[in-house]
Order: sequence, then structure tokens, then C-alpha cells
Amino acid sequence: MFCLCAAPERGDIILDNMAVEVEFLKSIPYFAGFSPAELDSIGKRIFEKVVARGEIILFEGEPARELYFVVSGVVKVFKTSAEGKEQILQLIRPGESFNDVPVFGGGSNLASAEAMGPVVLYGIRKSDLEIMLRDYPRLAQNVIQVLSQRIEHLVSLVEDLSFRHVTGRLAKILLEYAGDKSGERHWLTQQDMAAMAGTAREMIGRSLKFLEEEGVVRLERHRIVIKDKKALKEMAGMAD
Amino acid sequence: MIEMPVIDQAKCNGCGLCISVCSCQALVLVGNVVTAVETTDCGWCTLCEAVCPTGAIRCLYEIVIEE
Repeated sequence: MFCLCAAPERGDIILDNMAVEVEFLKSIPYFAGFSPAELDSIGKRIFEKVVARGEIILFEGEPARELYFVVSGVVKVFKTSAEGKEQILQLIRPGESFNDVPVFGGGSNLASAEAMGPVVLYGIRKSDLEIMLRDYPRLAQNVIQVLSQRIEHLVSLVEDLSFRHVTGRLAKILLEYAGDKSGERHWLTQQDMAAMAGTAREMIGRSLKFLEEEGVVRLERHRIVIKDKKALKEMAGMAD
Repeated sequence: MIEMPVIDQAKCNGCGLCISVCSCQALVLVGNVVTAVETTDCGWCTLCEAVCPTGAIRCLYEIVIEE
């Protein structure tokens, strides 16, 4: 049976269905290859937290005390600039973890995390994680794999943010696919645009917001209206 | 008719993540498959598309040039 390993906080719930818990733990990359007995033992150090839509789970800059696994729902991990601009680093889906890096690194939370809907989390406190790493060398190997994948994702995001002129490519796509006077209509999703521009979907959202702030396009419900074709052409590097 | 996110029911695995992030109750599970309910409350936030693990949801934008 899982238990609460410290004084319960608001939203923490004692678990009561062992079969489901072990099945879930088995699906987490952290615990790949663990026996049911090992998972049972690990479960004793895990607590559950239920979070409502919009609730902030972690604040950037606060001491990193726990890492979390998403059991159900989606968690948004993001950073906010001094001007209040938000950059989503990752959407965390069931089976995935967040806040691992600062917990292992011993620092403060690198980003904030918010529940995008009703969310159920499993958490492990830093002190319990240290005991588990000592007791289960296999866990350390699994953690290295998880962190390697995390670094790959972040490097890819850094590459997009630093070197790729996503806005220029998006401008070109918008011009190419804009409906013409012949009545031809084109429909694209942000995912389609991301695939065409060779970037992440998050970057398209960010670029569309930028174009809107610049007054070049207007985002309407299911419509992107090009307000300033000339400026968009300039951004796309297309001559008149 | 109100434009709504398009759902490929063959791809939908009924995980319900889209429903959990939708703040306007525009999505419901019908027989373990997600269906969109027409509502003007849907502001096209596209979160449902962003979280769908199977790519079953498409929030389409028409691209037009302002006259």
C-alpha cells in the first residue's frame, strides 16, 4: 500500500488500489525492469496529489523538493519572462515526469508547472529519492536515460530559439496558403505549419503571437487574417 | 454551423486528455471516442490538439488576406 511519507498537504490522498498503482509504476520509464516486489517497496515512498485546473504545482525559483509523475491529465511546464511572456518548455502527459533536474541537481525549480485540467500526480520527495537511488542502482541507470531524453528535447528547443528563423518561414507558409480571389481556401493546423517549417508546434504558436503583436496578422477563431501582406513578404524574404 | 476542432475517430484512443484541458466543455466521450459539441464558447485555444497523443484532433485555420 502506498502511503503519505510526510504530513498530508491539501490535495494529497492516500492510495488504496495496489494493482493499479503497480501497473502504473511499471509503465514509468524510471521504474522499467523493476520486479513487483521492488515496485511495492518503492510505492511506500510515493504520495499522490490531486490538482485542479489552473493550479500552480511548482513555482520557478522555489527550492526543488519533489519530482512528480503525471498519472492523469496534462501539466504545462513553462518559464515566464520579466515582461510576463510565457515560454512553454514541455507538456507533460501521463507516465512522464517533471522537476527531475533541479531535484537531482540540488537547486531550485527551473520552471513553473501548472495543471491544464484536473490532474493526478505521484510525487517523490528528494530525500526519499536519494534513498531509492542508493538502494536500487537500476533506478540510476533509468534516470540517466530519462535525463538524456530531456536534454535532447531542450537542445532541440534551444536550436529553434537560437538559430532558426521560424517567423520568416511561417510568414512564407502563410503567404503560400492564403486564400486567393479565385475562392480557393486552404486550411492548416499549427501542427501542419510546424511540420512545414521544420520546427516544434510550440514555436509556431509563439511566432503567430509575435506576428499578431507586430500587427501583421490577426488571429481569429479558426482564421489567420493577413493584415499587412507587404510586411509579411518582407519577413518571408520575398521580393514584391 | 459552428466550426469545431476536427476529430479523426479512427485515431482517437479515448484517453480523454483533450477533455481534461478543454475549459469550455466542447469535447465529450461518446462510446470511448471523443466528439466535439458545437459551442461558441470554444475560443480555438488549440490545447486539445496540442495534448492529443495520437494526433487525432485538428484545429484548422483558414488563412485569408484582409481586403
